[in-house]
Amino acid sequence: MPSSSETPVRPGPETPAAGPPLAPAPLTRGTAPAAAAEAAGWQPRIIAFCCQYCAYSAADMAGSMRLQYPPEVEIVLLPCTGRFDVILALKAFERGADGVYVAGCLEGNCHFLDGNVRARKRVGLLKKELAAVGFEPERVEMYNLSASQGPRFAEIAREFTRRVSGLGPSPAGGGGQGGL
Amino acid sequence: MIIAERKPLDEITGFIAGAGKVLVAGCRGCVTVCNAGGTKEVEILASLLRLDAAKDGRGLAVDEITLERQCDPEYVEELSGPLGKGYDAVLSMACSIGPQFIARRYPAQAVYPALNTCFMGGALEHGVWAEHCQACGNCVIHLFGGFCPISRCSKSLLNGPCGGSAGGKCEVSKDIDCVWHLIVEKLSAAGGLEKFMGIELVKDWKTSRDGGPRRIAREDLLK
Ligand code: FES
Repeated sequence: MPSSSETPVRPGPETPAAGPPLAPAPLTRGTAPAAAAEAAGWQPRIIAFCCQYCAYSAADMAGSMRLQYPPEVEIVLLPCTGRFDVILALKAFERGADGVYVAGCLEGNCHFLDGNVRARKRVGLLKKELAAVGFEPERVEMYNLSASQGPRFAEIAREFTRRVSGLGPSPAGGGGQGGL
Repeated sequence: MIIAERKPLDEITGFIAGAGKVLVAGCRGCVTVCNAGGTKEVEILASLLRLDAAKDGRGLAVDEITLERQCDPEYVEELSGPLGKGYDAVLSMACSIGPQFIARRYPAQAVYPALNTCFMGGALEHGVWAEHCQACGNCVIHLFGGFCPISRCSKSLLNGPCGGSAGGKCEVSKDIDCVWHLIVEKLSAAGGLEKFMGIELVKDWKTSRDGGPRRIAREDLLK
């Protein structure tokens, strides 16, 4: 029998992506060389999906150790990287992220057994999907670390930010102008 | 269930080249269970299409909907409102029955299949599906220890394995179990192997596709 209430259409965001602009710098779309983009005031917007048991605690430790890591990295807390899904990263890119990484427990140490292994596979799929629409797969990465590795957390943040800075703005615009 | 998988992205983007407004339509039936065309896959495809368009600086609006089923007219009817809003293309993420039903109900609407419909099967484990039925229309698995030689033997042999069976695998691929190996093993243990000493008569295929497209009409259900 038909359902009493009709299935609603979920409208896509207005183009460009909805939300208040967050980053002031206007951006050139497409493949502007990274150096030119940076000269124009572009700074990468990076989203880090961090497991609460390891990377998130490591970020806390990095903070209490007064370790510097790039302010471009914004952390999203996950209960375990097993919660990570391709769509979370795609939405981040739709709303202006230039790079996304996932940081989970060391393999064998996930509190839910294999959430981090599953996350790594999803990041692998994400790389393929992004490449198919012309994004550099290097814009996404999976890392593993433990809660006691504050310095490693800062190093990953620096390493990934350097990588994305080298790639330049996201092919979809990037720089966070969509409002994450 | 019907097992399907998404078409390559460039084929899908080719379908909608030049479109300004697209509706991605999923199905909550089989393709949700086999992770090919449910709400989640609709969301992912829609997002990828938006990113692809944004990359090229193209304006593209992509809306999403997932119907209860696309193989039943009453649910396909639910598209009548949304399709009034002027979509340049509908990408159906159902098995091929979905886009056929949408195309028939909305003749003026451009409809494309976003999935390849692959086979009738089941999940061997999470993420692995295998063919188990070819809908021959006259089930005989009870004669073969519960295995279907029609769908699971590469040659659909009904009188025992061919010479390509080795180590329990089919010569076509090491990922394919020789179903005749499984049948003989099962019947050797459970009894009943002796009935294969006779020759199975030629199967009557008229209940299969040989009789043309099939149809079932149930008098008790008809209005
Ligand atoms: S609990 Fe940390 S990745 Fe699963």
